[in-house]
Amino acid sequence: MVGLGVLAAVAALAGLISLLLAWRKGRFSRPSDGESREHVDVAALGVAAGDRATLVQFSSAFCAPCRTTRVILAEVETLVPGVSVADVDAESHLELVRELHILRTPTVLILDAEGFVVTRASGAPTRDQVLATLAAHL
Amino acid sequence: MFRQPCSVDPRGLRFSAIVTSAVLATVIVAPSPISEVLLVLQVAVFAVGVFLGPSATIHALIFARTIRPRLDDAVMLEDALPAQFAQGVGLAFTALGLVSLLAGLHIVGLVFVGGALLAALLNATTGFCLGCEFYLTTRRFAKHLA
Repeated sequence: MVGLGVLAAVAALAGLISLLLAWRKGRFSRPSDGESREHVDVAALGVAAGDRATLVQFSSAFCAPCRTTRVILAEVETLVPGVSVADVDAESHLELVRELHILRTPTVLILDAEGFVVTRASGAPTRDQVLATLAAHL
Repeated sequence: MFRQPCSVDPRGLRFSAIVTSAVLATVIVAPSPISEVLLVLQVAVFAVGVFLGPSATIHALIFARTIRPRLDDAVMLEDALPAQFAQGVGLAFTALGLVSLLAGLHIVGLVFVGGALLAALLNATTGFCLGCEFYLTTRRFAKHLA
């Protein structure tokens, strides 16, 4: 029965994609190296860069996971000295979104003291994911 | 482009996704003409969702009347626009599926409906909204073309 086959295939795909999404969510990418690193002008965003790192979050309006992420990053800012946080509205910074290849919100970029993008995560990271990544790379 | 800020209760969207998944799954396995009739109804629901907003669909109305009164107030609301766009994606897939089925292209029709079901299932189970993810991408395009 073709119908049952299609249904089974869809269910299997949905299961696989859910697992993939759960695995990827909030996971920070492998750090970029030397030449290929992107740079963000933090001052242009109206925020003072952190001495050790700057966490840049791209959000959109009424995005529930963005709200969660904002709270988490604010907490990290108080916990870790030398870290500052910038929140960027994706829709009013579309050139930046395009330049940095931001595909979904929330996306969190971790910048080093010079403003180079070290790693990024899309989807809401947990507080521990952020702390662990900061400790590992900066 | 003037945009009316409009928010929806995400739990209502989740409920809609669950009902939609059930309907589309039935469309895939049910015999003709039940499958076509159900599909026409689903296409109509998506059309209402796109043109009148997700809160205007029958699913949303049922949710508002029978389920939401039993729940706590929504902690946060979601922007309706990406959800509306997602309804458009659903409309496209199911409409193409319907046309294919009516044209006798059975397997092609099932594949289109299967695609719509996949998106609805992901939304119903994990809250992931495929159409919403495309929304930011299209906004980038729109700005680029403007």
